[in-house]
Amino acid sequence: MILDGKVPSGPIETKWSSYKDHINLVNPANRRKHTVIVVGTGLSGASAAASLGELGYNVLAMTILDSPRRSHSIAAQGGINGAKNYKNDGDSTYRLFYDTIKGGDYRAREANVYRLAQVSVDIIDHCVANGVPFAREYGGLLDNRSFGGAQVSRTFYARGATGQQLLLGAYSGMMRQVDAGTVKILPRREMLDLVMIGGRARGVLCRNLISGQYERYAADAVLLCTGGYANLYYLSTNAGNSNVTAAWRCARRGAYFANPCFTQIHPTCIPESGTHQSKLTLMSESLRNDGRVWVPKQAGDKRNASDIPEAERDYYLERRYPTFGNLVPRDVASRAAKAVCDEGRGVGATGRAVYLDFADAIKRLGEGVVRERYGNLFDMYMHISDENPYRVPMRIYPAIHYAMGGLWVDYNLMSNLEGLFVLGEANFSDHGANRLGASALMQGLGDGYFVIPYTLSNYIGGTKLEPVTTDHDAFKEAENGVDERVKTMLAAKGGKSVKDLHRSLGRVLWDRVGMARNRAGLQQALKEVTALRAEYQQNVRVVGEGQTINKQLEYAMRVNDYMEFADVLVRDALGREESCGCHFREEYQAEDGECQRNDAEYAHVAAWEFKGRDKEPLLHKEPLEFKAAELKQRNYK
Amino acid sequence: MSTMTVKVRVWRQPSPDKEGRLVDYTVGNVVADMSFVEMLDVLNEQLVAAGEDTVAFDSDCREGICGSCGCVVNGVPHGPGTGKTACQLFMRAFTDGDTLVVEPFRAKAFPVLKDLCVDRGAFDRIISAGGYISATTGSAPDGNQMLIGKDVAEKAFDAAACIGCGACVAACKNASAVLFVSAKVAHLGYLPQGQPERSRRVVRMVEQMEKEGFGACSNEGECEAVCPKEVSTLHIQILQRDYVRAVLRGA
Repeated sequence: MILDGKVPSGPIETKWSSYKDHINLVNPANRRKHTVIVVGTGLSGASAAASLGELGYNVLAMTILDSPRRSHSIAAQGGINGAKNYKNDGDSTYRLFYDTIKGGDYRAREANVYRLAQVSVDIIDHCVANGVPFAREYGGLLDNRSFGGAQVSRTFYARGATGQQLLLGAYSGMMRQVDAGTVKILPRREMLDLVMIGGRARGVLCRNLISGQYERYAADAVLLCTGGYANLYYLSTNAGNSNVTAAWRCARRGAYFANPCFTQIHPTCIPESGTHQSKLTLMSESLRNDGRVWVPKQAGDKRNASDIPEAERDYYLERRYPTFGNLVPRDVASRAAKAVCDEGRGVGATGRAVYLDFADAIKRLGEGVVRERYGNLFDMYMHISDENPYRVPMRIYPAIHYAMGGLWVDYNLMSNLEGLFVLGEANFSDHGANRLGASALMQGLGDGYFVIPYTLSNYIGGTKLEPVTTDHDAFKEAENGVDERVKTMLAAKGGKSVKDLHRSLGRVLWDRVGMARNRAGLQQALKEVTALRAEYQQNVRVVGEGQTINKQLEYAMRVNDYMEFADVLVRDALGREESCGCHFREEYQAEDGECQRNDAEYAHVAAWEFKGRDKEPLLHKEPLEFKAAELKQRNYK
Repeated sequence: MSTMTVKVRVWRQPSPDKEGRLVDYTVGNVVADMSFVEMLDVLNEQLVAAGEDTVAFDSDCREGICGSCGCVVNGVPHGPGTGKTACQLFMRAFTDGDTLVVEPFRAKAFPVLKDLCVDRGAFDRIISAGGYISATTGSAPDGNQMLIGKDVAEKAFDAAACIGCGACVAACKNASAVLFVSAKVAHLGYLPQGQPERSRRVVRMVEQMEKEGFGACSNEGECEAVCPKEVSTLHIQILQRDYVRAVLRGA
């Protein structure tokens, strides 16, 4: 089936404004009669709950964490893009749009990206208004820094904790609506099924993570704001609780999963140190503003960094990409790091790391300025590695970080299931095959503050929604299904822990669906994932009981969903016979090792329909048209 | 890498209404680069292998910013060392054969839910009692319309760095939340955007804090000593000043 993105007609510059001029509205007095469920309270969820609460909708906002303030958006470090052109360096809405489309290697939907660039300036204004302490210049104006894939400075930041400050801003806006009575927070609840009634999303089934009780919530629309699925790979930069379950349960109810193989590998993370490791810690891309990436010129050079003279160092990003230098996009920087390590030039005990060196910056700017810009990141590095990056270069290596893929949505951010909207990282629409730094925060807040208030109004105002209650059979059916899954999991008394099997799955995916992919490896991965899924069913062990806090049970149910979802991800990688952005198929590369796209056959979104466990999913396509940004080979040289 | 074995004496409590007790475990194959919560993961893997219920503890980002983790290690919230959360406490802080006594944050306003998990919902309720700026989406002027000095922005950030973990409460003999509340009052109070609601905010937040059952400030500064973000007790002076001024003005 050919999917319709429902992009409004007209020139790209006026699509959004003319859309807004013609949408269906909901009378202010009627809004409180409409209940909206927001699942997840990160940037997109909290901002959506805040803005919809302000409009007067009755909002239920749920999170798996003990407080909405802890959602993983909080860990974003470097910044948020906004096309303000405060630096007078040639930025504009078009340029942010163009950089984002190009950065995504022409696999995002043009109209969505243009709208994102348009609202980017409003996001900055709103965040300032709600008290986000952005970095300022001495004169009191907002400061900016540069991020990868751009030649302008358009990134607004709050030291190395921009995500924290933006999330606390959105959270405070949402808590203001709690105060006003329009938003109700449901912490420690996990959405375990989507409830469809009359062909529309009308509610969710949750498990209360304290009591283990099932809870039914009915609504006129469901907003999925549940983030990405990077934890599928076991080790990632994501928080331990980030998972695919809510999105996957929607997929099992018929929502299409788009471009799942577009998983971002972030070039600057603290390298893995041992099997006990539970996560990889990101070091912000902003560090590449002042840090220089290098490895020794000679393979096997085991000298300390300080003993390697300048002439024997290879600043390989500056050498290979003189125009963008250390600020090439993430996919390019990650592959380049892998390449030098594959050549035996990696550093550190494992040889899977490169240096990120601040010696020049400290010489040029002084330690004080470097501390001011990146102090908390340096502290974090010191805590973990027990090394002082003011004295010795950081050691970094790529790690799985972000999911560009997600549930398919149209221009309204509505999935193919009526009434199910998907915001932020959980959808697929804006970043194509590679997300540029400082764009995730922009998208999360753009979707929640400035897009959903309009598109949701258009849906609710233009749809005859019959009243439903939680007594409906569909809720009962969902609850029975969830109860069965819980009971099956609790009865699993096999020989391996959930963590063991999750680690095995992650290893397969990292090795075969990581930074470099090829047909034979992917076919092998498909077999290995199928075998692991079977093993999981027969041999996993889950301890504890259902009617209490049971984090093993929560984890086991999430990994069970990963085992199903991994199959679609591998098939997507196998089916896309081209290289684009993060998706590097070794068979399709230019002579210099750069990605070789195949626009004639693959300029489309691959949206997968679930057909049952152990059954092949069905592929649907949405063709991508490029009118405002001409399709051409990316070049950062 | 050499490994060590530690004894872990951990609080086990099945539910809020049941009694808890300290239970002893031995955890082997601990390495220096392991974080404290990763050591708890290893303990839990041992318990899974033995078919026993695992130790429940909250943990999410594992890089010291979400504020989920938190327990008392050897009498200190987030354990030995300064400026870090329990997930940033590395086992290199301990030596082979050490005993680690691990307990939940204890405060009347933070009821224990299970083992090391406590209910910190009181913090959210305090924020919803005015810990915000009333700025409705879509109504903001240009971000550069309001000049904010670099020093002011830095001070606001220092206060806004609070991660809401609750270590300050756990460290205080009065289980006071005043460092948490003052951090938000100061963050918004430093900024020009926060001025219109400044008096109303401080009064409402303090009222809510008292309603939740947190104690009065002990003036001993233990909160700052354990704060992973090293939020300063100077903010408490700002809160007290703002509060007195607001009450005198009849806010």
